[in-house]
Amino acid sequence: MSVLLQQLANGVVQGALIALIALGYTMVYGIIQLINFAHGEVFMVASYGGLATFTLLPEDLQKSPAVALPLMFVGGIVVAVVVAVIMERFAYRPLRNAPRLAPLITALGVSVFLQEAVRVFYPNAKSNLPYPKVFPEGNLTLGPVNVSWTGVLLVGLSIGLAVILQTYINKSRMGRAMRATAQDPDTAKLMGVNPNRVIVLTFVFGAVLAGVAGIMYGGYLNNINIDMGFQTGIFAFTAAVLGGVGSIRGAVIGAFIIGLIKTVAGQYMPGGTQYDYVWIFVVLILVLVFRPQGLFGEPERVRA
Amino acid sequence: MSPLLEVRNLSVAYGAIEAVRDISFTVEAGQIVSLIGSNGAGKTTTLRTISGLLRPAAGEILFQGKPIHNQPAHTILGMGISHSPEGRRLFPRMTVEENLQLGAYVRKDDGVQADMQRVYDLFPVLGERRHNKAGLFSGGEQQMLAIGRAMMSKPRLLMLDEPSMGLSPIMTQRIFDTIKELQSLGTTILLVEQNALAALALSDHGYVIDLGKTTLDGPGHSLLADQRVRDAYLGESH
Repeated sequence: MSVLLQQLANGVVQGALIALIALGYTMVYGIIQLINFAHGEVFMVASYGGLATFTLLPEDLQKSPAVALPLMFVGGIVVAVVVAVIMERFAYRPLRNAPRLAPLITALGVSVFLQEAVRVFYPNAKSNLPYPKVFPEGNLTLGPVNVSWTGVLLVGLSIGLAVILQTYINKSRMGRAMRATAQDPDTAKLMGVNPNRVIVLTFVFGAVLAGVAGIMYGGYLNNINIDMGFQTGIFAFTAAVLGGVGSIRGAVIGAFIIGLIKTVAGQYMPGGTQYDYVWIFVVLILVLVFRPQGLFGEPERVRA
Repeated sequence: MSPLLEVRNLSVAYGAIEAVRDISFTVEAGQIVSLIGSNGAGKTTTLRTISGLLRPAAGEILFQGKPIHNQPAHTILGMGISHSPEGRRLFPRMTVEENLQLGAYVRKDDGVQADMQRVYDLFPVLGERRHNKAGLFSGGEQQMLAIGRAMMSKPRLLMLDEPSMGLSPIMTQRIFDTIKELQSLGTTILLVEQNALAALALSDHGYVIDLGKTTLDGPGHSLLADQRVRDAYLGESH
């Protein structure tokens, strides 16, 4: 029983990480119907951006977590946003009116490009790199369950940012413009909404969340590698599809479900954590067969 | 003094298919002008080109004397042209209020709230149900909201595409009364209609469009009396 509770707690933390990334997939899809397969790589470069920021700090600041950690967040998020904006401008925007397969293949290309760029240009990126010890230490203990304070921080950031995002999209003027563009891009233009501005902003929001996830990943798991974007990206993509791609709430709930399946299956199913991807793809296939619009998505409609 | 809107020898193509071949017309400030013609004549394409959603293959569109046919759609609204598209195209999963707020998206002044109230005064059913999703309303109510939304940008020129489509005769009459009222409040209106009788009765000037060309024009009442118009569009036979 205590093992199960512990795995459920681990699942919530993993779900929180996956949610931060899944939101980027679901928002971009909601606006331009593109599965941005390079989004996992945005998360990865953010993690390296945070690490690089730490490395560049003077030694006395490196020893002060209260300064170093916020600066790492800033560095990681800036790198993520710059990469996402360039990617949108030069890889996806020219293909805006191309058949849907073209930007999808481009996204795969961008993904490989970013991974290889980090592998080639980041010092020692061929092996796992240890992440700086600037995160909260110790554990939160609730009965039989232990969660590191870094994990608690991750869950808090994930839920907090998701609520802020949802509120912004529902209440603000720009949020209304985003929803209008998602529902009917031509009519949104007739209202005076500049589609490029909405699309760039969507990529920026996704990148900020992926940036936070990239830093917290390093803090929670203690080291990073260039495959992390692809690996975690698959979970996040599946979470977005499970929740109903395009839906903010769906992405978050889908992410927690995926996190829980991952940890519980890793504990109890034969083969342990080596079979993570098997169970996740089983979920993905079942969703696509029985409820392709996901838990909270709208059934696909053909636009007039 | 140049006219408010001038369309000169416009042609528009979807790939190889030419939907508009040679359309010319003029809208003077303060007028109601209607474009009538059968289904597929190119009326909707013309409006979509004026509002910047489509690019002309040839010809010119001048608004207050300045060419606008190379401007993107989202800046054309800011110049003072508002377009209520065919089929109403509300944002169905947003509330009445949110739809109206989007109509006022480019406005920075603080009169938006008062103008929203004016729409509610004009169409009380919208005010009573302002927090309901637009997709839940009847066709006539949706048309009211579409017109109200198009008014929210305070346009100099309001373009309405088939505002009577799918409506009962009573509701059609209300919509046309509203259009007349908007004119009296100083809005210039370009109307596209299949209901030629009602549109021409209301219009200062009308243009008949056939197979992508302007074929006939004149004051609304004289077109109504023209035997060719009556034969072709008013469903009369000898």
